[in-house]
Amino acid sequence: MTSQIPALIIVVPLLVSLVVSLAAWIRQSLCYAAALCAMLVAWISAILVMGRVINQGVITYRMAGWAPPWGISWHIDHFNAIILILIATVALINLIATRSTAAREFEDRPGVFYALYLLFVTGLMGIVITGDIFNLYVLLEIASLSGYALLGMGSGRAAVSSLSYLFIGTIGASLYLFGAGYLYIATGSLNMADIAAILPTIEQTGVIQVSFILCLIGLFMKMAFFPLHTWLPNAYTHAPNSSASLIAPLTTKVMIYVMIRIVLFVYQPEFAFAEMDIDRVIVWLAVIAILAGSMLAWKQERLKRMLAYIIVAEVGYMVGGFWLGNTAGMTGAVLHILNDAMMTLCLFLAAGAVISRVQTDAFGALQGVFTKMPFSMIAFVAGALSIIGVPPTCGFFSKWYLISGGMEAGHYAFVAALIISSLVNVLLFFRVIEIGYFEPFDSHHHKNGQTVREAPLDMLVPLLVTAGLLIVMGFYANTLVTWIVKPAISAATMGGL
Amino acid sequence: MEELAAVFVARYNYWGVIILMGIGLYAMIAKTNMVKKIIGMNIFQTAIILFYISTAAKYGASIPIIAHGHGAQGHGIRAADYMNPLPHVLMLTAIVVSVATLGVALALAVRVYWNYDSLEEDEILNQIKAGQLNRK
Amino acid sequence: MIAVVSAKPLIAVLVSLAVIPVLISARKPNVRETWTFAAALIKFGIIASMVPAILAGHTLEFTIAPLFAGIAFKLKVDAFGLLFALVASFLWIVTSAYSIGYMRGLDEHSQTRYFCFFAAALSATIGVAFSANLLTLYIFYEMLSLSTYPLVTHHQDREARSSGRKYLFYIMGGSIGLVLPAMIAIYLIAGNLDFAAGGILAGSIGALPAAALLLMLVFGFSKAGIMPVHAWLPAAMVAPTPVSALLHAVAVVKVGVFSVFRIITDIFGPGMLLNFGFDTLLCIIAAVTILGSSLIALSQDNLKRRLAFSTIGQLSYIILGAALLTQSGMAGGMLHIAMHAFGKITLFFCAGAIMVAAGIKNISEMKGLGLQMPVTMGAFFVGALSVIGLPPCGGFISKWYLAIGTIEAEQFLMLAVLLASSLLNAAYFLPIVYRAFFCNPDETMFEHRIKEAPGWCLAPPVATAAISVILFFYPQPFFNLSQLAVSRILGG
Repeated sequence: MTSQIPALIIVVPLLVSLVVSLAAWIRQSLCYAAALCAMLVAWISAILVMGRVINQGVITYRMAGWAPPWGISWHIDHFNAIILILIATVALINLIATRSTAAREFEDRPGVFYALYLLFVTGLMGIVITGDIFNLYVLLEIASLSGYALLGMGSGRAAVSSLSYLFIGTIGASLYLFGAGYLYIATGSLNMADIAAILPTIEQTGVIQVSFILCLIGLFMKMAFFPLHTWLPNAYTHAPNSSASLIAPLTTKVMIYVMIRIVLFVYQPEFAFAEMDIDRVIVWLAVIAILAGSMLAWKQERLKRMLAYIIVAEVGYMVGGFWLGNTAGMTGAVLHILNDAMMTLCLFLAAGAVISRVQTDAFGALQGVFTKMPFSMIAFVAGALSIIGVPPTCGFFSKWYLISGGMEAGHYAFVAALIISSLVNVLLFFRVIEIGYFEPFDSHHHKNGQTVREAPLDMLVPLLVTAGLLIVMGFYANTLVTWIVKPAISAATMGGL
Repeated sequence: MEELAAVFVARYNYWGVIILMGIGLYAMIAKTNMVKKIIGMNIFQTAIILFYISTAAKYGASIPIIAHGHGAQGHGIRAADYMNPLPHVLMLTAIVVSVATLGVALALAVRVYWNYDSLEEDEILNQIKAGQLNRK
Repeated sequence: MIAVVSAKPLIAVLVSLAVIPVLISARKPNVRETWTFAAALIKFGIIASMVPAILAGHTLEFTIAPLFAGIAFKLKVDAFGLLFALVASFLWIVTSAYSIGYMRGLDEHSQTRYFCFFAAALSATIGVAFSANLLTLYIFYEMLSLSTYPLVTHHQDREARSSGRKYLFYIMGGSIGLVLPAMIAIYLIAGNLDFAAGGILAGSIGALPAAALLLMLVFGFSKAGIMPVHAWLPAAMVAPTPVSALLHAVAVVKVGVFSVFRIITDIFGPGMLLNFGFDTLLCIIAAVTILGSSLIALSQDNLKRRLAFSTIGQLSYIILGAALLTQSGMAGGMLHIAMHAFGKITLFFCAGAIMVAAGIKNISEMKGLGLQMPVTMGAFFVGALSVIGLPPCGGFISKWYLAIGTIEAEQFLMLAVLLASSLLNAAYFLPIVYRAFFCNPDETMFEHRIKEAPGWCLAPPVATAAISVILFFYPQPFFNLSQLAVSRILGG
């Protein structure tokens, strides 16, 4: 029985997502309960899988018993096991936290929301767990399509923004598929481990290089790597809060995971770093992404929009850190995937809590929120400090690895970009904090004379738990690195970089 | 010159794919109508599907059905006699994906139309700028 | 020397954090204040209980969690850290008393927030004092920066906001922009960040990168107020006076100086600094600040701003002591942390008492005030004497050792700087006292007789002034600790 646990991670949310849409016919409140149960099962399974990976090493799960390379195999090592836990945790916390928000934003059809929610999570989990490059594409599209739908169900500009996200996302996925096709032509296989074994044995031709570049560009589009980020700010700003706080922390991070997985475990470092020789170029692009993201964030006048541009900068952190090509940089990138997801979740949930009370996230309306919503704002400050990189929040620790990676690689522009971006983040967040803390509360901004109170408990508790996790993850950063990140990276780079 | 012609002619399938992709991309970038953009997107996806299918083809090969699979003794099965079935199978899935994408895109376009009474991008942008949200 | 594993340092750090939930939930001011007092007393008790072990030559250590390969979140109590912790935790008790009088006297708002962040700031201060390595120190340093921000901006008006901006700009800019990269570079070079006698960088770095790292750290720890990164301190004077008194004369600024001191002695190490001739460089940086700030102080009319510039100068005395790298110089620097703390806090307490009782902020309005508020101005006089460095006050002792240190190091120019600065100190403090006692007030000034400040505001400055005098006759507790600390640094 225990050997089937990996299947549960995917199958349970997938099946329940179908059940949920039916349950809506019976009773609407069932939807939330069913979704919650599914997420709990997925979360517990993810943790059990992690335990097994740590104790017994890599798990290869054969879908329907077909042996690879013919059947689709799932491949779970330290790296994707921790990402699975991350996805499950974020989705679970967000599910609980946004219950009331979702009930308001999707009042007539909670079934649709929760079905898409689970489908999105299924897609992401599948992307992470699969060991097959074509299967990855399909799951990528499952996650993306449910993501477009979730983002597009907001009011106002949401549909337009989601549609332009869909265009860019589809091109990105298609380019990835195109690249995977070339890889298949060259190797005759779709199984990642199989390709990795075949690639070094065959002659290196232009085909493989083209496939590499196509995959990479496709993924860059999907992860909103500057200047391919244009879809992100609009899509996240206008989306319903309950879906934005699910999608914003996860999508870009999972795409970065895919990039790392493809580069390290399919093409492998000797090819990707030594032969392609594009690592320095990409780090420079990352420098530009970090600086541009920070600067663009500075120009925003709305909280969610500012956070969206900060994500663009953070993507630069991870891409740059990974392409530094040394252990410290990669450790930083992997650790930052985990940390950034949690801090983004924390900030988006806090923004959601504020919006649920203040009705808008324009900076001008945030006057006096510290007095009215002290606990939500404490969580917001915790998330902000983590983004800035103040110890002992987790953001500091990944930044530490990224900076030391930059120094080891002698890439001082990257180091400078990280430092500058941290300083800009101080300005960004303290601008918001100043408004909330200093300026008097202006009651004109509230419709119907509604008085602003602290967010409801079911929103506040998950938010504070997330904020607490940011500090806990900081203190356990070393444990994470020694037990999970190091084995994950060394598995791919046995020869050393 | 001859060599160049050979490159074009011998790999006409790739050129076809590239031209289709170009058309699709052009439609997505240059057209302002949302539905035209969606059609462009679909052409783009179709180009990649064609690319996969064309890689499976072989001269003189038949469809990969082994008539006397288990009983065919004496002569082994030569892979070169059959087309590669895998890309076809993959593309069945990819077609499903692209249809689903098309469905979501059209659904979003309908929502956009409800909101703005228009599918022209510049018109919608004007409306957004003017802040005249003509919500349903 | 035995390294004893003990949770005492951790408890000492946490005790004031632990009281925060109580402070938040307490509805009545009396309960809140009682708990603050209790926390302060317990904290001082724990810290004082470590003195015998340290004087016996042991160190107390406690590892909280590993952070990176080779670096742990670790506390370690040695003589220097204990000296600083003793001063800070003792003065917290006094300041708590003073806060009660001041906050009630002026009927300030948000007192719960005020006491909570005050407690958090003290935790961070003791954490810095007990840090076993640079990273732990950095963590507490940042915690202190952030917990003092709401205190500095307590009034929540425009002036507070602009001061808060300045405060963040200098403090966070320094710590993130300069200290963080320098710290990571040191980690990559040395493999760890432990504070070790003799430094961890010796022999593994050339002169030019060493100079760059040293300057990044010295200016990055901008709480030390070295010019030109001092401008936050006068701006921070918009804070309520107890904050200025404890944090901006003792805890925060001394944390900066303490950090720089640790860098000089335990990261770079005296041997390396002497080899490269950086001691002179540091001396010059300190001397410029000493003289520059004293000159600026002369021109300030607002009493708290004048005190702030005086603090900037006095802080660099301590840096100078460290930079001399001699037995007496360093001992003098360490002693000055204690001596200046008691003197300067007295002055701030008096400034606050004047504000509570008479509402006067500017020196030009203080003519004849001494006759109205004799106790306050008397305490002010004693505090001023101590900061100037005249007997019979504690400040004389530390300056004496600093002066001997300059002679030992043969930095005679620095001796001249010390003397000139003492004259300047006298020039900006004594006229205040003179004016208060011997000038006739303007006719309209005191139509109504001004009473002394309430007891809660009055007793603390009198107590600290008395201690300043006592420390002149009986400096042993601090003196012994400083001797122990210096012998470890120079012996190692």
